[in-house]
Amino acid sequence: MARYQLKVNGKDEELDVDPEMPLLWALRDVLGLVGTKYGCGIAQCGACTVHINGTPTRSCLVRVSDISGQSVRTIEGLAEGTDLHPLQQAWIDLDVPQCGYCQAGQIMSAAALLEVKPRPTDADIDAAMVGNYCRCGTYNRIRKAIHSAATYDNAATPSSAVNLGEDVA
Amino acid sequence: MNDNDLVSAVTKAVYRAAFRPNLNRRAFLKLSGVAGGGFVLASLLPMRHVAAEDLGSLVGSVELNTFIKVSSEGEITIYSSNPEMGQGIKTALPMIIAEEMGAKWEDVRVLQSPVDERFGRQGAGGSTTIPRSFDLMRQMGASAREMFIGAASTAMELPKDELKAHESAVSHASGRSLTFGQLAALAVKQPVPDPSTLVFKDREDYTIIGTSISGVDNLEIVTGLALFGIDTRVPDMLYGAYHKCPAIGGEVVSANIDEIKKLPGVKDAFLVEGNGNVRELLDGVAIVGSSTWAVFNAKKKLKVEWDESGASKDSWTGLVARAKALENKRGDELIDERGDVDAEFSNTENQTLTAFYEYPFVSHFCLEPMNCSAHYKAGTNGEKDTLELWMPTQFPAGAYRVTKPMFGLEQEQVTIHQMRLGGSFGRRVSTEYVCEAIEMSRRVGAPVKHTWTREDDIRHDFFRVGGFQSVKGALSASGKLVAFEDHFIGMTNNGKPVSGSRFRKTEFPMLNVNNVRATKTMFEIGTPCGPWRAPGANTTAFVIQSFIHELAHAAGRDHLEFLLEIMGEPRWFEQGNIRSLNTGRAVDVIKLVAEKAGWGRKMPQGHGLGLAFHFSHAAHIAEVAEVSVDANKKLTVHNVTVAVDIGPIINMSGATSQVEGAVIDGLSTMAAQKITMENGRIQQSNFHDYKILRMPSSPKVDIHFIQSDHAPTGIGEPALPPLAPAVGNAIFAATGHRVRRMPLSEEGYTI
Ligand code: FES
Ligand code: FES
Repeated sequence: MARYQLKVNGKDEELDVDPEMPLLWALRDVLGLVGTKYGCGIAQCGACTVHINGTPTRSCLVRVSDISGQSVRTIEGLAEGTDLHPLQQAWIDLDVPQCGYCQAGQIMSAAALLEVKPRPTDADIDAAMVGNYCRCGTYNRIRKAIHSAATYDNAATPSSAVNLGEDVA
Repeated sequence: MNDNDLVSAVTKAVYRAAFRPNLNRRAFLKLSGVAGGGFVLASLLPMRHVAAEDLGSLVGSVELNTFIKVSSEGEITIYSSNPEMGQGIKTALPMIIAEEMGAKWEDVRVLQSPVDERFGRQGAGGSTTIPRSFDLMRQMGASAREMFIGAASTAMELPKDELKAHESAVSHASGRSLTFGQLAALAVKQPVPDPSTLVFKDREDYTIIGTSISGVDNLEIVTGLALFGIDTRVPDMLYGAYHKCPAIGGEVVSANIDEIKKLPGVKDAFLVEGNGNVRELLDGVAIVGSSTWAVFNAKKKLKVEWDESGASKDSWTGLVARAKALENKRGDELIDERGDVDAEFSNTENQTLTAFYEYPFVSHFCLEPMNCSAHYKAGTNGEKDTLELWMPTQFPAGAYRVTKPMFGLEQEQVTIHQMRLGGSFGRRVSTEYVCEAIEMSRRVGAPVKHTWTREDDIRHDFFRVGGFQSVKGALSASGKLVAFEDHFIGMTNNGKPVSGSRFRKTEFPMLNVNNVRATKTMFEIGTPCGPWRAPGANTTAFVIQSFIHELAHAAGRDHLEFLLEIMGEPRWFEQGNIRSLNTGRAVDVIKLVAEKAGWGRKMPQGHGLGLAFHFSHAAHIAEVAEVSVDANKKLTVHNVTVAVDIGPIINMSGATSQVEGAVIDGLSTMAAQKITMENGRIQQSNFHDYKILRMPSSPKVDIHFIQSDHAPTGIGEPALPPLAPAVGNAIFAATGHRVRRMPLSEEGYTI
């Protein structure tokens, strides 16, 4: 065991963990931030995606000891206080999730994309999202939600009863 | 409410307050429970195994329970009693209640109900929850509505039949109106109506059913709040992993336990003797530690000696060789026979066609791996032991079937928490991951969260069974299908056909053609198999609907016209049985999909359209795939058009998601997924060698519902089976190459 400092969602955390422990398990089991998910452990599914210094990263293969002192953002830290990130709002408005298990990772990858490409093309979305697997097949709604969030004016919109009639001819 | 729930509820309330300012006050009220004067509707549903139609006789029973609560502030709590695995039931069932009740959806909050037999059958599987629960949910809603109307009648001194419930209020033509919240205290004193007196709303009057409602857990999902089984955290919890023999059913002899115990974070490790039942507890090595990583890491360092004498020796290549030897032969066992197939096959005027189809075993690989948290507490001072379980499962009460015989616990000693499932597709119906968790918690005397590694999850799955079909058809001189024969080659475990390894007497086109015969040959295997999204249908549709296209092509006829001819006159083979094919509904969806997809239009070089229909899970569904294939056999599925008749749609958004998901799942599966085994060992282990469809390959999906007047049925599964033959037929149209073996990667295609 050894001590490492991390800034997680803006908060300083001191972690007393094995140097080999991947960030994923430090987040989930040590800090109790269970929004970041385990899916494969080999950087193939994207369920564990977080931002390290703003870069989308698969937390299942990054050791805590490799990123000591750095800044980590997880799905729990995406909203600003109680203001949902436009992607989170778009995900609700377009009813993207099915089982929902992959969606934290999807949103974190998409959020990193919007940081560098505020108006992404389909090709940009393909490139940014190819590493995020969805077992339930929500890809088309994810794409739509990213486009939708990219054009939000960040104003809150009613979220509960959304009309997705345009999906259905 | 435990701590997790509380944190979740507070955070949710905060978000809700921020986003829907008018809900601010109510959002916080949610935390304080139902305020005084609240109304609790006692459900009429009593014990398990009571069909909805039997409810009438139980009116007034003291065995009541709660589906609906209304606070005096007007908040309506609806309990959703069935497991949510992404199929949308947690939103759909409450929509039905809210509709009949006359509630405004914005006033409704949905909670997962406790696991309790008073809620009736709390399972999910076979796309049956909607057909099983539709009437019961309508009764629950309509009962509440009548009680509010009764209360309003008293309060306003107006006759009941002049009052209407809508928008969470009861109103009169004069403009007088009282809200459900205002009426709650009075409504609870009303007699619970006899279900036989209830009148349900007309479809034209629906304001909630048939609209699009965003999933009730979506806020938690997008903000990362604890929701899934794997997110369970309880005080003093330890973490567990369990290692089983790579050859299914091997017994543990010894392991380097002492070395393992010295590894960082490991608290305990021990051998477990199982009961030999793959659905309960197999032999293995348990490791318990201070984090998931600690036990996963230790698991990699295990050195175990197994006794494999009784373990599976299955070999996929062996099964293929045995099946190929049966090509064009008839099976030993007759499934059904009508007319005179032999006469048609030997008639020299007829054209006879044969084909041999193959489909592999595949895995469920739910993105959330199998897991279960268990807290086994030994009783002190003569008290009984207790067990608390946090399970993502399709059948929570299934745990009782093992807690009594294996751990000696009566039902009242066991508390089950139904957690959200990160996918299931038929996977989470067994209890081995539950037994493993209980055993670990019992041994270490602490709560244990037991998680499977992805490698465990793939190697120890209950697979979608692979198999083979040798098919034969006779075409008359005029190109009509006059005889059909299928030799089904399937698998058994302990002499019993595994899930999905069945060819029904009623399988299309057995009832539609005059001369038919189906036979079977079954191979005994040790590899465990289980239900996988649309069992049986997901492979048989590929065979039959591809072969129908082969026959149409051989007859020189248009596939659409040929398929409609086989379907024949509109008739319901077994009138009133939703599981029986209705050719009228079939023809309607086939014609609709053809029209919407532009069937018959001229396609550019290398492009093709493929059509398929399949009836399963009470759903009539037709699909057309538009594909192109380049010179390197790179396949692009541009568009899939789907026409569906499952009766009225409950949640349009949810139903659309299910169809889209099933199409993409079907394509992912047919593209490259294949589980093989040699010497009883599953050869794939994770996503590097088990390939899955990614976003760039996802086709557009264009969905059309025919909302017929038939009773509503489920849509979690049945849109998947027609996808593979539609794509296979489109590949033929584009290239002239017939795909008779799955996955496509085996035939040299990439996607
Ligand atoms: S768990 Fe990290 S990519 Fe799958
Ligand atoms: S929503 Fe289930 S895995 Fe993506």
